[in-house]
Amino acid sequence: MEKFSIIDGIVAPLDRANVDTDAIIPKQFLKSIQRTGFGPNLFDEWRYLDSGEPGMDNSNRPLNPDFVLNQPRYQGAQILLARDNFGCGSSREHAPWALLDYGFRVIIAPGFADIFYNNCFKNGILPVVLDAEVVDQLFNEVAAQPGYRLKVDLQAQAVTTPDGTVHPFPVDAFRKHCLLNGLDDIGLTLQHADEIRAYEARRREQAPWLFSDMT
Amino acid sequence: MTGKTLYDKLWDTHVVRSDADGTALIYIDRHLVHEVTSPQAFEGLRLAGRKPWRADSILATPDHNVPTTGREQGITDPVARLQVETLDQNCAKFGITEFKMNDLRQGIVHVISPEEGATLPGMTVVCGDSHTSTHGAFGALAHGIGTSEVEHVLATQCLLQKKSKNMRVNVDGKTGAGVTAKDIVLAIIGEIGTAGGTGYAIEFAGEAIRNLSMEGRMTVCNMAIEAGARAGMVAVDDKTIDYVRGRPYAPAGAMWERAVAAWRELHSDADALFDQEVHIDATTIRPQVTWGTSPEMVVPVDGRVPDPQQEPDPVRREGMERALAYMGLEPGMPITAIRPDKVFIGSCTNGRIEDLRAAAEAVRGRKVAAGIKQALVVPGSGLVKRQAEQEGLDRIFIEAGFEWRDPGCSMCLAMNADRLEPGERCASTSNRNFEGRQGQGGRTHLVSPAMAAAAAVTGHFVDVRQMNQE
Ligand code: SF4
Repeated sequence: MEKFSIIDGIVAPLDRANVDTDAIIPKQFLKSIQRTGFGPNLFDEWRYLDSGEPGMDNSNRPLNPDFVLNQPRYQGAQILLARDNFGCGSSREHAPWALLDYGFRVIIAPGFADIFYNNCFKNGILPVVLDAEVVDQLFNEVAAQPGYRLKVDLQAQAVTTPDGTVHPFPVDAFRKHCLLNGLDDIGLTLQHADEIRAYEARRREQAPWLFSDMT
Repeated sequence: MTGKTLYDKLWDTHVVRSDADGTALIYIDRHLVHEVTSPQAFEGLRLAGRKPWRADSILATPDHNVPTTGREQGITDPVARLQVETLDQNCAKFGITEFKMNDLRQGIVHVISPEEGATLPGMTVVCGDSHTSTHGAFGALAHGIGTSEVEHVLATQCLLQKKSKNMRVNVDGKTGAGVTAKDIVLAIIGEIGTAGGTGYAIEFAGEAIRNLSMEGRMTVCNMAIEAGARAGMVAVDDKTIDYVRGRPYAPAGAMWERAVAAWRELHSDADALFDQEVHIDATTIRPQVTWGTSPEMVVPVDGRVPDPQQEPDPVRREGMERALAYMGLEPGMPITAIRPDKVFIGSCTNGRIEDLRAAAEAVRGRKVAAGIKQALVVPGSGLVKRQAEQEGLDRIFIEAGFEWRDPGCSMCLAMNADRLEPGERCASTSNRNFEGRQGQGGRTHLVSPAMAAAAAVTGHFVDVRQMNQE
């Protein structure tokens, strides 16, 4: 998993509450055998005017000009500004995979659905919870200033606006540690590799039949 | 000090380390892999530059997507073909043993692993599939995991887990003739509900469970997940040991003796304490038929479709009404008046040799009824298929008008071409009767193999015990 330190990037505003994971990545794309490549189908039903199927050449599809991510000023955005209960619905890990594949590293919202919030950390995305009033204000600022950027500093737990205003945000110490160091669950478990090897050595003595070789 | 439950023993021997908050790193002895839930896990491994910790602990096979006819032509559905080819490539790349589609040993992952002796008593077994609970029949700790966890186990041979609570379901006394493991487990789910086991590991015990064959115990443990428990298990006894002896991957010689001595300890101690105990009187269990869209919506075959108006709880009543509308059934109608369009005999619940024998017994000398559009028998593995053919079961089915297919998940979940059309009704030996499970708009009635076969030859649900007396 990619380490997270500071993201200073363009902000795209998605002004809807209760965005569910089926909207983030519709179910027909789950047939894929990959964890990457979902970016072109992120928000597929909102983003394109036709209905998307796996295997289509997305570059030829008619774009919905009204959808925020299709507007030139938000190209290259790394920060998604969202409303309450973002990521509700099915627990599919394809949702954070799609956001990440598109290029988002930070999602700012007044609140997130629980499983989605966890899945973000597993996949190198930082979900930032700010007060609803602050989020409101950020939506206004983004609308008013083309090219609007925010600086998100995980170590300092702070979001800094272009005029220097600092908004602190909470994050669990353990998750912060993992994200700062690019540690996923696997990376963390592998920190205990010696203990796993010691266990294996002991068990090979006690119960060698459990190590019957399938190959 | 009180004694330990079987689950406690399995848990304790597999903890590599544990944190203060109770999260433990559990060592995994056997990892089963199939084509649908593994591609992203392998890709994640590759992206991180990792490889499997112990490729020799893994057994892979394609089962969910494979066709059950015309295999010599390969897989025609391109999406399914790509998933199966991806599995082939991942296994080749990482040196993982795979029983490929045309291997005699290919089959549903939960059928082939015990058959090969790859599932052994005292093991931890995982698979990216919720019905991994099946392997608990061997006194093993077995449960399904998600795709991220598949990758975690591939990379570390471990799983992060918190311990479940202990539940024992005692099925006391003897079942009557014609009452099978499937009827027992459906009756248990009818009793405790589909969330009854949530948060628990369930040990199935009691005379009726001890009297079951290993195949029957696998059927019961298979559906532990349908009772909400991630893991179900049965204590080791002589039947367990006899089943495992001589299988290809089972220990042999002096190692066998040592293993058996250890396996004899795999039972709950007499003074072990369970967080919850349930007792079910086996003598009262009759052949079961589900009428709704959840496995707990089940009644005996001589019963009637329940009336939602009699249900005092409004949430449950609404659930019943929705289920009846979906299933196209009227309250109060006798179960024996329900006429399936299709019959499916197979799946990891009931696709083993004993299941096919029981079904063939009900079919012998009879014909599939005129109203049945299709009756499928899909053996759980290539070896089950061969065994059945050696016993002549295939001829009984074919002569009666059944289709005799190649092994796989097939109409259990309808990822391949075997499926129900909207509104079609099926007598199925699988484990889930959810809306759309066997095809969009399809209506599933879960039953035992003998009951499915009896429905096929009579055209409606019938008490197989009476049919045999006719
Ligand atoms: S037979 Fe059905 S329940 Fe069993 S593994 Fe296959 S799809 Fe899952």
